[in-house]
Amino acid sequence: METNKPLLKVDNIGIRFGGLRAVSDVNIELFPGEMAGLIGPNGAGKTTFFNMLTGVYVPTEGQILLNGKKLNNLPPYKITRNGISRTFQNIRLFGELSVIDNVKVAYHSQAKHTLFSSILRLPGHFSGEKEMEEKATEFLKIFNLDRFKDEKAKNLPYGQQRRLEIARALAANPKLLLLDEPAAGMNPHETKELMNLIAFIREQFNLTVLLIEHDMPLVMGVCERIYVLDHGQLIAEGTPSEIKNNPKVIEAYLGEEVS
Amino acid sequence: MAIFKQAKHFWTYIVLSLVIFGVIQFMITGQMLNLFYVNTLIFIAINIILAVSLHLIIGITGQFSIGHAGFLAVGAYASGIITMKLELPFAAALLIGGLVAALAGFIIGFPSLRLRGDYLAIATLGFGEIVRIVFLNLDYVGGASGMQVNHLTTWPWVFGCILIAILVIVNFTNSTHGRACISIREDETAADAMGINTTYYKVAAFVIGAFFAGIAGGLYAHNFYIIQPSNFGFLKSFDILIFVVLGGLGSLSGSVIAAVLLTVVSTFLQDYPETRMIIYSIVLIVVMLYRPQGLMGTKEITSIFSKGKRSKGGAKDGNKQTVA
Ligand SMILES: Nc1ncnc2c1ncn2[C@@H]1O[C@H](COP(=O)(O)OP(=O)(O)OP(=O)(O)O)[C@@H](O)[C@H]1O
Ligand SMILES: [Mg+2]
Repeated sequence: METNKPLLKVDNIGIRFGGLRAVSDVNIELFPGEMAGLIGPNGAGKTTFFNMLTGVYVPTEGQILLNGKKLNNLPPYKITRNGISRTFQNIRLFGELSVIDNVKVAYHSQAKHTLFSSILRLPGHFSGEKEMEEKATEFLKIFNLDRFKDEKAKNLPYGQQRRLEIARALAANPKLLLLDEPAAGMNPHETKELMNLIAFIREQFNLTVLLIEHDMPLVMGVCERIYVLDHGQLIAEGTPSEIKNNPKVIEAYLGEEVS
Repeated sequence: MAIFKQAKHFWTYIVLSLVIFGVIQFMITGQMLNLFYVNTLIFIAINIILAVSLHLIIGITGQFSIGHAGFLAVGAYASGIITMKLELPFAAALLIGGLVAALAGFIIGFPSLRLRGDYLAIATLGFGEIVRIVFLNLDYVGGASGMQVNHLTTWPWVFGCILIAILVIVNFTNSTHGRACISIREDETAADAMGINTTYYKVAAFVIGAFFAGIAGGLYAHNFYIIQPSNFGFLKSFDILIFVVLGGLGSLSGSVIAAVLLTVVSTFLQDYPETRMIIYSIVLIVVMLYRPQGLMGTKEITSIFSKGKRSKGGAKDGNKQTVA
């Protein structure tokens, strides 16, 4: 599956908030089908990096290329439509919407019926909504969430909310999936199940995955390549075993446990 | 199957509303209702249209607009000009009143809705006042003393307009486009990240809301013999806002019920404006204390009726997607 052309190319990207350089000079290349990890101590800038990739923050330096197309300055929804989708560290579901409607929202940009046809209830509306219902149910089934489909998202147990966020991100039809601590708050059993699921969807949907995770053994176990951020800078990159023995990484994590 | 079920519900509601229409029309033509009641009825109907149009903006899309009377005024004056100065038919006046209000909605909404935050609240507040002051100083429409308008608003007209307004708003809400709006209300950042063009949907909801407020303006103008800028002050905007909040943010039937209740209350207290404000305030305080989510919360009245007979796999009956 590996080709020579990177799917994502991040060139010297950086951002300042006032005087604070939250991220600076980060270079990353992700190849199609790859599963990469992004680790680093608290406040290292990992989430900020995701926010730049998805257009929530506009980088003050550098550029982001997806399949050679420049993405900075595009609004977030256009970046998503170009093929980057994400989950959030602090779950951000549409709480009052049902589980299936959460997924349908992400599928919206692929819907074929117009506002006009919905207001007049033209045939296009019904076929369009039917397709959405079917697609959304498929996504829910993958995550075994279809049994909750009419529950309000906010009423789901925590672990299921995390899974729903991934299902929703998947429905947006990404090439690159960004997961911000997807296993946070899960027990070891749930975490293992989740990792298998992520591996499965990556195969099934030809995804490239970039994963932020604090649990080191977990990242080491599932990722082929790992990037390490510290104080907004990329201090190391390599295979899990290279990272494990990298003195800079050990130093960055000093005071925190490295296993 | 699901579509068929939905359609069945649809026709039930249509028939039900036509029956209501027929009964009231019969009572009017049979002179069983005196002029006071007919007027109150029309007033209730106009307020329902205002309530559901603002419901789409605030309740569904979560955009805080506090100058809705401005669109009412634009629709009222535009339609008044059409019938009185240009002497065109009432139907054209209503439609054009709605369109002019929608255009005003676009002009206000587009720049302020592109940004996040409270810009819309500030812009609409200013808009409501500016509109009032402009009409106050416009001799063409009579300035402070107002503009003469023929009485053309009748029960069939208001009923037809309510029906269209509710149909359009319900159809919009119960579709992928409505869900897009609700997702913005729930979490704009997440909606954006899921590929929703948030500006487009905020503006669309706002413009549709303004359109129906403009139609309500046309009905309102032609229900009296005169319209004056003072009819469209901030207190009027506030009244409409209360319908939506009291009814429950996100519930269309809630906003309708609140519009009916509050219009009745304020009609009977018309001669005691101070008492009116006191009772209004007490009602609001009591509701906010005991039901801070509003009368209906985010629920719809239709979901209460059909809860019992929801079949096992049949969560897709028309009522299920109602807001929430
Ligand atoms: N909008 C903002 N304004 C100002 N500072 C910000 C903003 N967003 C992030 N920061 C700062 O940028 C730095 C990096 O934060 P970020 O959330 O990216 O860390 P992180 O690596 O995701 O940490 P964690 O592991 O705790 O999630 C922090 O110092 C944070 O305070
Ligand atoms: Mg983070």
